[in-house]
Amino acid sequence: MELVNEILQTVLSGISIGCVYGLVALGFVLIFKATEVINFAQGELLMLGAFISYSLITMLNFPYWAALLVTVIFMGLFGTLLERTVLRSLVGEPVYAIVIVTIGISFFLRSAVSMIPGWGTDTYGFQTPFTEKFVRTGELVVSWEYLAIVLITTALILVLFAFFRFTRVGTAMRATSQNQLAAVYMGISVTRVFSLTWTIAAALGGIGGILLSPITFVHMNMGFIGLKAFPAAVLGGFGSLPGAIVGGLIIGITESLAGFYLPEGWKDIAAWIILIGVLVIRPQGLFGIQEKKKV
Amino acid sequence: MAFFRTENISISFGGLKALNGVSFNVRKGEIFSVIGPNGAGKTTIFNCINRFYDLDEGAFVLEDRVISKIKPHEVAEMGIARTFQNIELFKNTTVLDNLILGRHRRRRSNVFTEIFFSPSVQKQELESREKAEEIIDFLDLEAYREQRVINLPYGVQKTVELGRALAMDPKLLLLDEPSSGLNVEETEDLSFWMSDIKEELDITILLVEHNMRFVQAVSDRVLALDFGQTIIQGSPADVLSHPEVMKAYLGEEDVVA
Amino acid sequence: MKTNYNEDIRLFKYRSTFFWYLALVIGCLILPLLLDEYLISQLTFICMYAVAAVGLMLLTGYTGQISIGHAAFFAIGSYASAILTTKGVPFILALPAAGILAGIVGVIIGRPILHLTGLYLAIATMGFAFIVDEILVRWESLTRGNMGFYVDPPSIGPFIIDTELRYYYLTLVVLILTLFAARNILRSPTGRAMIAIRDSEVAAEAMGINLAKFKTIAFAVSAFFAGIAGSLYAHKLFFINPESYTILLSIELLAMIIIGGLGSLHGAVFGAAFFIFLPQVIIMTKDYMPLYLQNQTGLEPALFGLLIVLVMLFEPMGIYGRWLKTKFYFEMFPLYKKDSFKREKKYQKAERH
Repeated sequence: MELVNEILQTVLSGISIGCVYGLVALGFVLIFKATEVINFAQGELLMLGAFISYSLITMLNFPYWAALLVTVIFMGLFGTLLERTVLRSLVGEPVYAIVIVTIGISFFLRSAVSMIPGWGTDTYGFQTPFTEKFVRTGELVVSWEYLAIVLITTALILVLFAFFRFTRVGTAMRATSQNQLAAVYMGISVTRVFSLTWTIAAALGGIGGILLSPITFVHMNMGFIGLKAFPAAVLGGFGSLPGAIVGGLIIGITESLAGFYLPEGWKDIAAWIILIGVLVIRPQGLFGIQEKKKV
Repeated sequence: MAFFRTENISISFGGLKALNGVSFNVRKGEIFSVIGPNGAGKTTIFNCINRFYDLDEGAFVLEDRVISKIKPHEVAEMGIARTFQNIELFKNTTVLDNLILGRHRRRRSNVFTEIFFSPSVQKQELESREKAEEIIDFLDLEAYREQRVINLPYGVQKTVELGRALAMDPKLLLLDEPSSGLNVEETEDLSFWMSDIKEELDITILLVEHNMRFVQAVSDRVLALDFGQTIIQGSPADVLSHPEVMKAYLGEEDVVA
Repeated sequence: MKTNYNEDIRLFKYRSTFFWYLALVIGCLILPLLLDEYLISQLTFICMYAVAAVGLMLLTGYTGQISIGHAAFFAIGSYASAILTTKGVPFILALPAAGILAGIVGVIIGRPILHLTGLYLAIATMGFAFIVDEILVRWESLTRGNMGFYVDPPSIGPFIIDTELRYYYLTLVVLILTLFAARNILRSPTGRAMIAIRDSEVAAEAMGINLAKFKTIAFAVSAFFAGIAGSLYAHKLFFINPESYTILLSIELLAMIIIGGLGSLHGAVFGAAFFIFLPQVIIMTKDYMPLYLQNQTGLEPALFGLLIVLVMLFEPMGIYGRWLKTKFYFEMFPLYKKDSFKREKKYQKAERH
């Protein structure tokens, strides 16, 4: 039973971290699908969300759920602001220029956070309703911390799925990601779609930040988690939303198991080895479609 | 002995059979045209010859050598050059560089000699330039020699693509809708070039086209294709006036009394 | 007026260009005699990073293959050189050996992943860099892991290169040779094949260019130069450990070539200069900042990030792009038309490719 519990906990922690990776990857893939931009700052958005919720909870004494809500809204607005000020002027420019801008933004955010009073370079933690709570069924013990992440992520994915499938705005966004010119012809405001994409992606990053905080704690280098989102997104086949989540889960679980059962150091590179392995066999990722230029 | 022939080639994409048992042969030195409505499979034949796709059935035979299984980059080595329906030039380089790139298969140097730009590399470069200049002469591209392709008018780009294919010293030239998008004057120039290529350069041409007047003017023989299958093959006059061919393009004749 | 083809293939198109560059080289040789040691060492770093940037430019700017993992080759070069010189191999051999070793690793890594396209390739290279990083930390018997490696100053024959000035000249010579080699590749069939692959893989294959072979060559050559740069870096710093070779370095190298101007060798040098100079400029402006900000360690990278954003907003074509435009302006003066460089904005995905 001990072993089962052990494996269960490991896998569950892997799934929950995987959910966070998946969320970051999702925001990532959303932006990529809509605008073809690789958002290097996605991890920093996660970090920003974490810091904001930290401040709300510890300094302003917000209850957890209120903090969650406010953080999401704030991050969403931040994403909109980012898009409107910096990224809008780059629409139509070569992709690499926009990528560099996101790199610059990530540098800036990371350092700016270290300069804000009350934040700085320290590591912080905060209490959530799930800290130190466990579910016990018979002999199995499962941490609520992990469970909460999985449940919240699932709820989020369902909401997003419904949004994209059933609402007009969501359909407009899907249309734009497939063919911008046609979307314009159909009367879809492409600039608004871009704005909305960044809003959602930033909000997702922010949620990821709050969810991740109890596990990795809040610090300015949290954004490097965002780098893990890359292989998650690629594994799932860039451009596939469910793929991003699946990719995140695979990476999360692999890392967790590797960290537990393999010697030191394997944990960090497990994700990458899996990724390269998959890509060598399936260059388009697990769910991607092989796009060949038609001549 | 046919110079180039296709033997019963077939290929499907998903459920759609793009080519269905197409066979024809091309004689050395002739201009052979393939016509047919959109979606008939004409460009697919070219893409198969270039090995972008694998044939499901059948084979391509060039001078008695089966070339249906070679690697895509080996096609040039076989002496087959091609132009593309939607121009596939190297847009950010000059016309001259595009033409010189066509000389790639004549390359005898490797990275190590090139790093030092040894005399043998220099000699090779001079040869390439000479050949490129011959082509510029042949196609009247002097005025555009140093310009970036991306800045050139459409008709000139098409000519450059033709030039690049010629720079490859091909035995067989595949032209995919060479006259599409050209105005009357440019099309006339093209037909003159076609006969020059045939007579002066002794190159066999396989042509995919929509412009019937052009086809009639330059072709020795014509093949009509529809839904991936051969309708008829023969002289231009015969094929173009054939009722099946007309039906493929124009639809059923509706006789109203 | 051109009278024979030889003029076409010459390194410099016009006599005057040659003299300008000669003047530049002479300037570079004299300049350090006027500067203090700190600035000389900064110039040395520019030359060093420029070598790596040239390598990456060949791969990304000219062949169109994105690599976010070049820090790995830099690291391989550093450690190879360090280990070899510690074992008694003279520096004059260790330097190219480091490059060659990095190049070989480039071939080994390149082969399996080069059929990946664009973003997938970029992420795979990132993964490779992380794996190399971890290997450097774990393979302690070879690399001494996190404890770091002490490296001697290099010596060439009787010369011991232990002053800033000497090291500067060393890296300058290496940079000039690198640029020369890169330029030679670019005006030969290999260079043209690389550009062909960037502009149209389909057409390149139809021309007889073996995609796998040339992509691998591009990868190997760029790895080679990164390795050389890594070797120079190791011997300058005297002490290396895996922390210097993180993903951040890879991203910086990529940003370097983009900001410098993608698709030109000038861009590699401009980019390196930008990345070394900018922090200095920021440090100098620190004195004008309010006291609170002055003491923050995060100020520099924050402003740095901001400036990168501003540069790209202002000039997406990079520094060399702006240079060309300015040159064009003066050449055309007073007939310069305001919208000469207005790019047709491409919105449709299909158009971008």
